[in-house]
Amino acid sequence: MSAVLEVQGLSKSFGGVQAVDDVSFTVEPGEFLALIGPNGAGKTTCFNMLNGYLRPDAGSVKLRGQELIGTPPRKIWRMGVGRTFQITETFLSMTVRENVQMALISHHRRIYDIFSRATRLYVDEANALLDLVSMRDQSARPCSELAYGDLKRLELAIALAHRPALLLMDEPTAGMAPSERIALMALTAGIVEREGVSVVFTEHDMDVVFAHAHRILVLNRGMLIAEGSGAEIRANPTVQEVYLGGGTVFQKEADHA
Amino acid sequence: MGFYLAQLLTGLANASSLFLIASGLSIIFGVTRIVNFAHGSFYMVGAYMSYTLVTLWSGSILGYWGGVILAAAAVGLIGLVIEMTILRRIYRAPELFQLVATFGVVLIFQDLTQAVWGAEDLLGPRAPGLDSAVRIFGEPIPEYDLALIAIGPAVLLAIWLVFHRTRWGVLVRAATQDREMVGALGVNQAWLFSAAFVLGAFLAGLGGALQIPREAVSLQMDLSIIGEAFVVVVIGGMGSVTGAFVAAVLISVLNAFAILIFPQVSIVLPFVVMAVVLIVRPYGLFGKPGSEHGAPVEPEQPLTLMGQKGLMVMIAAVFVLALSPLAVADFTTILLVDVMVATLFAVSLHFMMGVGGMVSFGHAAYFGVGAYAAAMGVKYFGLGMVPSMALAPFCAAAAALFFGWFCVRLSGVYLAMLTLAAAQILWGVTFQWQDFTGGDDGILGVWPAQWASSDRVYFYIAFVLCIGGIWLLRRAAHSPFGYTLRGVRDSRTRAEAIGVDTRFHQWMGFTLAGTLAGLAGVVFAFSKGSVFPDTLGIALSIDGLIMVLLGGIHALAGPIYGAVAFVMIEDWVTRLDYWRFIFGAIILVVVLLAPDGIAGGVHRLVRMIRGGKA
Repeated sequence: MSAVLEVQGLSKSFGGVQAVDDVSFTVEPGEFLALIGPNGAGKTTCFNMLNGYLRPDAGSVKLRGQELIGTPPRKIWRMGVGRTFQITETFLSMTVRENVQMALISHHRRIYDIFSRATRLYVDEANALLDLVSMRDQSARPCSELAYGDLKRLELAIALAHRPALLLMDEPTAGMAPSERIALMALTAGIVEREGVSVVFTEHDMDVVFAHAHRILVLNRGMLIAEGSGAEIRANPTVQEVYLGGGTVFQKEADHA
Repeated sequence: MGFYLAQLLTGLANASSLFLIASGLSIIFGVTRIVNFAHGSFYMVGAYMSYTLVTLWSGSILGYWGGVILAAAAVGLIGLVIEMTILRRIYRAPELFQLVATFGVVLIFQDLTQAVWGAEDLLGPRAPGLDSAVRIFGEPIPEYDLALIAIGPAVLLAIWLVFHRTRWGVLVRAATQDREMVGALGVNQAWLFSAAFVLGAFLAGLGGALQIPREAVSLQMDLSIIGEAFVVVVIGGMGSVTGAFVAAVLISVLNAFAILIFPQVSIVLPFVVMAVVLIVRPYGLFGKPGSEHGAPVEPEQPLTLMGQKGLMVMIAAVFVLALSPLAVADFTTILLVDVMVATLFAVSLHFMMGVGGMVSFGHAAYFGVGAYAAAMGVKYFGLGMVPSMALAPFCAAAAALFFGWFCVRLSGVYLAMLTLAAAQILWGVTFQWQDFTGGDDGILGVWPAQWASSDRVYFYIAFVLCIGGIWLLRRAAHSPFGYTLRGVRDSRTRAEAIGVDTRFHQWMGFTLAGTLAGLAGVVFAFSKGSVFPDTLGIALSIDGLIMVLLGGIHALAGPIYGAVAFVMIEDWVTRLDYWRFIFGAIILVVVLLAPDGIAGGVHRLVRMIRGGKA
């Protein structure tokens, strides 16, 4: 089967800083792919080019063969890419279920309908999605009252509403307690498996990354420096150097002692 | 040559006084994020105080300048009192509250000023030592103008020194960029805000005080200057004093020359320049992104569909309204039409602001276009009442479509200012274009068709159109369209991420609100039998804001309560002396004591009754 997403030679610089430098990779159907790297490695820049918020200087991003570069985020969404945000973005003046209903209303192209009652549309579909993330019991609560972990799960339900082929999650567990992180990613992994959706996520928490990712890409200073399974990445000397510092640091300590 | 130089110098002298008031406005906005409508009042009071003091100490140079400074200082003191008693309580409220509160202050000052100095225009003395003209290239230039040209940059320099060389000034600049951070660093924000407000009021007072040799002191000074001052602040970038200076010079000099070519342009020109600048630079010449929003707003509660009881109460209310002309006197029937018109207007404004999150300071524009289109349809095109009524809302829609396209590119205060500019441009055109719109004389004799001419029949026409319009907007608020609009308001990022074209959606929301405001204007035109440029004016736009606020912005029913209460209060209060004072006081009481408006009060009451039963 062919790749869901093909990224070729993606590059972006801000002024003199080469934030992303000639990055290429593919995402297979049903794959759970992690994008990691130290702060400033270019993860978020890379991400924002995938979902259309930033225009790359060069390169191509193809979703099932279709070019995404130059397409606004809302159209990329329509082509089957869902996303969650590092800091949750939800409609705070609506209930939990209405948030999911909004995604469904947009998916069914009914946002210009001015006579139906929005809150009565696609209730069953919305409930089913909330079941998926175990939020059904909170469906009538105002979104503004939710705990942060619940907001994250709600975002996941919203992102899945239009049955995406690809889900982009920018630091899905940022700002969460460790136990919540593991629960959220286990939930996501389960959904990936059942729904057959591919996921690309960035993450700082290595426990989360190594527990669930099928494959890991490591970025440093805008360049892709390693790619492989958890075990391969752990054993990779370049990755160790990037994360733990070069030999010179340890050498100095040894000299001191 | 000499003539053009004289024009230039006049323009620069005007720029100085405009800069003084605008810089104060900009400083106040930058630090406190308050859009201070009362700034025009400070300017006016400064002029009156200086009139009194300068007349008292007439003759001496020291007396004159001492009087001017003392008047400005007194205005600064007044600013302090207002800041501490009113504004300090509402810094965390949404922009709209602050705007309406400061408008309440405007009303109170209008009556206070009239009570102290009387309604007559006052002619101040000339400045001793600067009371003649010098000839430059053969053209007489008033010496006082030259003094003003020097004072503007001198004040700019003084402000610059204060802002860059004193600890306080650095704090003010820091607060303009990030208030939270300054608070987190342990700076007492309350005093910083007070001081900035006092400085702003002082500058406005100074601007007014310096004006007395140049123009008669009158009760119209406050609102006549405030529009232009806003324009200058917005063009320069909210919070930027240098920007205010550049913008003041730009506007005044352009104006000085434009009136040579096209004398009527002066009313519209500043607003056109502002519209152009905002379209090219959405945060003004020296403004920065992020300066467009006031205090963060608490998230609204989700909407709920009306329950069975609520529905029954509403049907009963509409039914009573439908039957009322049979029971009440004719003048009450006319008042009820006013109430319905105001309600539709307020509901359409609320749809835009509450549902759409786009605060409009110029919603009357679309009301006025509807009214004028209907009047012209009948008077000039001989269309008859029904075709005019049918066509006019589309004219309002076209105007909203046109101006909305520009407005939705901005957000927050800048969007509000652009709506104000749009309204002022339309108002100016209507006011000036005598041949087409009748200018100040308006269009008279816009009466309904023969069959609809009785108050009772017209009541039912108004009833169908207004209640229909209100029903449509309410329905739209609950519809996917309205929910999406609220979604864009809550989180543009999220809306974009679920496939919504956010700007287009806001544009459509803007247009829908404008169209229904136009419908209200249509009903209004035929019920009054005439239209005047007032129907597009700032005062009506603000009335709409007050209605929405009075009713409570966070409830769909809010504008309905608000409009009914507003028309009733206005009908009662305008019969009294000093009604502005009373009205301003009512506004302040609502803002300070019941910020969730009547709807919030009703909501609490219902909950109390239910709680009592349980």
